[in-house]
Amino acid sequence: MAEASKSLRSPIARVRGLGSAKEGVSHWWAQRLTALALIPLGLWFVASVVCLAGADHAAIAQWLSSPFTLGALALTIITAFYHAVLGLQVVIEDYVHGHAAKLTLIILIQFAAFGFATAAIIALLVAAFAG
Amino acid sequence: MAELTLPAGSRPKPGKTFKAPVGAKRVKTFKIYRWDPDTGGNPTIDSYEIDLDQCGPMVLDAIIKIKNEVDSTLAFRRSCREGVCGSCSMNIDGTNTLACTKFISEIKGDVKIYPLPHMSVIKDLVPDLTQIFAQYQSIEPWLKNENLPPERERLQTPAERAKLDGLWECILCFSCSTACPSYWWNGDRYLGPAVLLQAYRFIADSRDEATGERLDQLEDPFRLYRCHTIMNCTKTCPKGLNPAKAIAEIKKLMVERR
Repeated sequence: MAEASKSLRSPIARVRGLGSAKEGVSHWWAQRLTALALIPLGLWFVASVVCLAGADHAAIAQWLSSPFTLGALALTIITAFYHAVLGLQVVIEDYVHGHAAKLTLIILIQFAAFGFATAAIIALLVAAFAG
Repeated sequence: MAELTLPAGSRPKPGKTFKAPVGAKRVKTFKIYRWDPDTGGNPTIDSYEIDLDQCGPMVLDAIIKIKNEVDSTLAFRRSCREGVCGSCSMNIDGTNTLACTKFISEIKGDVKIYPLPHMSVIKDLVPDLTQIFAQYQSIEPWLKNENLPPERERLQTPAERAKLDGLWECILCFSCSTACPSYWWNGDRYLGPAVLLQAYRFIADSRDEATGERLDQLEDPFRLYRCHTIMNCTKTCPKGLNPAKAIAEIKKLMVERR
């Protein structure tokens, strides 16, 4: 609101600004759906890791050879990173106010998430088929 | 970045103390935020010792007594003194509420009174509401109809009318919006709970013909979706309303119309 003193635009003109972005509902809905999906996926993943605690390489390779395991792991990775990007974007929009800094951070987070998710899935495939 | 501490020039310092009259038996100290644009400098917290035996029961009674009898320089807004005008909203004992409906007896220890949080201060307990009323104007808070008005009232079923309960009672005191961190950090673009509750009041009105346009205007990452449902608004509302629910209803309609 410090901006108010730097401009002679009327208060209603400032409030209307550039108008409504006409988006936001998809982001909000996707955040909730990914959260919902992560409940079973997360429980399954934690249960699997607990069951495999102390297992040797052969046992883990055996576990990874199942198409169900591979699919569920890939889904967990994609959903978790998608959810993280949506959530972090909200945090940045809340707290970072410079337009350039905000945009840069959001882009960096999106690139990083795509990079990490791709790396995780490649690692998964390598472990399943070449390990 | 969001500012988590006050800038050096805005930090309150201890101010003057006004002692209770000799012989006062039930003395309560009111610590009130003071800032005068004419003298400038840092705000101060002035202490006023009030004899409760010579004072009405409400916080507003005490500050009116202070203005009339102790220190006429104290500035604050008030009008109806019964919780229908919304003028005397301020931060009392750490909570945004109406001075006129807050009992002094509810407060343990000293009564700390500050202006509504995170608003520019015009003087003492008077915040600048220009921006927030412009936001209220932006949601076009009137019934919109394309047809000529009927000869008599626009009719509603009792069920349609019931949808406005919990919405029409809002008196625009802005206790909720100024209790909302999202409004603190992004009040230039986020409309805040008070204005969104008002927006929903017209969205929910069966007599209004502009529901879709109203939703169009609200569908925005900042105008609407800065609400993260932390419920400070509902907790602080001196009228017992639920702005968080009104916002949630708007979000539901956004999904429903996809």
